[in-house]
Amino acid sequence: MITLARPTRREMLAGSGLILALALPIGREPADAAETSADPIFMPNAFVRIAPDDSVFVVLKHVEFGQGPATGLTTLVAEELDADWGQMRTAMAPANDALYKNLIYGTQLTGGSNSIRNSWIQMRTAGAAARAMLVEAAAQRWGVPAAEIDIERGIVSHGTHRSGFGALAADAARLPLPSSPVLKTPDRFTLIGKHVPRIDSPAKSTGKAVFAMDVTRPGMVHSAILHPPVFGAILQSFDASKALAIPGVLHAAAIPQGVVVYARDTWAAMRGRKAINAQWDLSKAETRSTETLHRVFAEATRTPGAEAGRKGDVDAGLKSAAHSIEAVYHFPFLAHAPMEPLNAVIEIGDGRADVWNGTQYQVGEMKAVAETLGLPFEKVTLHQQIAGGSFGRRSQPLMDFGRELAEVAKQSPDRAPVKHLWTRENDIAGGRYRPLTAHRLRGGVDAAGEIVAWDQVIASQSVFSGTPLEAMKIHEGLDTAIVEGAVENGYRMINHRVGVHVLQSGVLPLWWRSVGNMHTSYAIETFLDRLLELGGHELLAGRLALAADDRMKGALTRVAEISNWGGSIAEGHARGIACRRTFGTTVAQVVELSRGADGQPKVHKVWCAVDCGIAVNPSIVTAQMEGGIGFGLGHALFGEISMTEGGRVEQHNFDGYRSLRIHEMPDVEVSIIESGAAPTGVGEPGVPPIAPAVANAWRKLTGQAITRLPFSRGITA
Amino acid sequence: MTSKPIAFTLNGEAASFEGERDTPLLWALRDHFGLHGTKYGCGMAQCGACTVHIDGTPRRSCITPISSVSDQKVTTIEGVNGKVADTVIAEWIRHEVPQCGFCQSGQVMSAIGLLSTKPDAGDAEIDAAMRGNICRCATYVRIRQAIRDAAKALST
Repeated sequence: MITLARPTRREMLAGSGLILALALPIGREPADAAETSADPIFMPNAFVRIAPDDSVFVVLKHVEFGQGPATGLTTLVAEELDADWGQMRTAMAPANDALYKNLIYGTQLTGGSNSIRNSWIQMRTAGAAARAMLVEAAAQRWGVPAAEIDIERGIVSHGTHRSGFGALAADAARLPLPSSPVLKTPDRFTLIGKHVPRIDSPAKSTGKAVFAMDVTRPGMVHSAILHPPVFGAILQSFDASKALAIPGVLHAAAIPQGVVVYARDTWAAMRGRKAINAQWDLSKAETRSTETLHRVFAEATRTPGAEAGRKGDVDAGLKSAAHSIEAVYHFPFLAHAPMEPLNAVIEIGDGRADVWNGTQYQVGEMKAVAETLGLPFEKVTLHQQIAGGSFGRRSQPLMDFGRELAEVAKQSPDRAPVKHLWTRENDIAGGRYRPLTAHRLRGGVDAAGEIVAWDQVIASQSVFSGTPLEAMKIHEGLDTAIVEGAVENGYRMINHRVGVHVLQSGVLPLWWRSVGNMHTSYAIETFLDRLLELGGHELLAGRLALAADDRMKGALTRVAEISNWGGSIAEGHARGIACRRTFGTTVAQVVELSRGADGQPKVHKVWCAVDCGIAVNPSIVTAQMEGGIGFGLGHALFGEISMTEGGRVEQHNFDGYRSLRIHEMPDVEVSIIESGAAPTGVGEPGVPPIAPAVANAWRKLTGQAITRLPFSRGITA
Repeated sequence: MTSKPIAFTLNGEAASFEGERDTPLLWALRDHFGLHGTKYGCGMAQCGACTVHIDGTPRRSCITPISSVSDQKVTTIEGVNGKVADTVIAEWIRHEVPQCGFCQSGQVMSAIGLLSTKPDAGDAEIDAAMRGNICRCATYVRIRQAIRDAAKALST
């Protein structure tokens, strides 16, 4: 059982101020603040605040960037509190590891699809504790036994007595904390697993949701930055005379990250950015092209590398195989390109700093700001915002963006508050990509068709190595993120080996929605498809026979049922299947496609079975599968960051970095597998199976195995 | 300083802009008129996050110089109203379309533009009208369904 401390008086006061600032249904205009309820008076723990007008505020320790924790975490509290959904509100937590750390990571970081998973007991306990105290307050007021008091949809009652939460809040606040609040058994859930409307849909459908980009401060200026044109280039000198001649441009300054232009409005800042004439020292820059890097990485996979996992004797297996195949896979750099480019507002003065940002790593980013400004951590206040997408981009192991932001603040004219906004060009050409990766697979089947050898060598860059987050993923010198999903690959293997080469380039890598699973899943599921065929197996039955656990078998069986796998399909269409367990969640997908007019796959429909334990909010689970499929498909079809010889990135905006569009989105049918297991995540697991399922269908249709991504590169006429 | 203020109608009211004449409407709306519902996503009419209506037609405000809207009616997500707008927004909420939500003002404005001229739009017309709006969360399944249902509601 998780015990929840009551916040200290200091934390309570800090929290109280926070609530006053943010005590709004998500994303309502700050101008509405005056309309909101009185200051919450009952704060039994760091997560629950109850106001006299019955409003219940849930303090969100995780960032909301579309994946749904604002609704999910609030649901967990409301469930145990027996609140009415209509009285629930959300507020954003400040940066504070003691109160708001991710229980899996030990720091306040959103990632790894574990917002619900790490909060499942914690947030329910927070709600149950508040409930027990409200019940005790009512028992004392009415002179009745607490055990006889009922709460239903926010109404506390006993016989003829009835009360809302607000009227009991002051009394409840004076009570001791319950030692171990009792949580509901799943059969008593009234919100979890049911349809609870997303709390942020109205604000986000009417333009009222406030993102960091929409925050303004009195006297605020706007800034734009020119980054080095090649990774690792160093600024030698710059001429800002043309920029400063633009009306509205106030100032230009060099910071370690580039040249910053400050202006009265965004447009002037952006024009000023373009008008900067900068000279760069390329002597330490990464000037290799991505074609060269692809060759270097693929070449590295010729040797076994560091051993990440081994079962049986692969060499003997390969020798004994009746038939064997080998394939080399190439995965490109990928940009995250969230719809809202990185941006934040920062205001410094009087030995303090205030930051308005929608960050994935609240504590890490504020530490970076504090360090860069030479301030103690406590003097930096984060006003957390909702974020316009992220896919991993809104946190970095070295917190590059926080450092850049603080440098920008230092040079701001007259220390004015500044809104620092990346252009889309900064975003797409700016690095921190899903690393370029190569896989070499060799496998074989014996005369009976059994897979007797699987050798997989991966060459990639490490996101974690040499950063403060090393301990999270580097174990015994091995970056487990690179081989995610490959060592225990979901299927029973007799002779199996996974090797790794960690290579370097001047391009900084970053986690990217589903991290290593994005490339390992593709290599594994497409190579398995070929080996099963080589062994004479049907592709579903073959997977079912090898699946290492019942949840994989369950997901495969369910997706086969809903798609009528094996049934007749339209002329010119073909189907493919893939199944992955990532971040604790199992997802199986079946794809139906044909050859499009452009010679590329035209995906008509995707069937998806998901086992994420208890589905806290089935509509959000379904939405994450739909969105994950679209995100994965778009990058499989078109996604690539390439560099020419000399190291210049060729893509700068959505014209070059193609994104999936509505006419390319297949129909999606999702089936959630009923489960009583504790919930696991859904933000990432919808992504990994889609690309291999498409590739498997394409191979069925055309006979071509695609080993180079994106498909627009890998499919040749 | 520029010579003459640019006069236009903004969300039903008279508006005047005195800054640089080539300022994109997007930045005039956001930085000068404080209307933040219209979003910046690309600055080159690739993503549609900045979609507004000019004289009732969806346009990308990021490449529309403010000088070109002189004497015209500009409507943003904050000011859009009427039966089509109400229906589209109601379906958007009912289907829980938004994930991160950043592109959705533009999506909603494009959808209202479509159904204002074609209340019975079919799937091909939906694709054609909406393909200029990128959603990186890929909420397209629900966008399509919300527009289909709005069309159904509007044509009965």
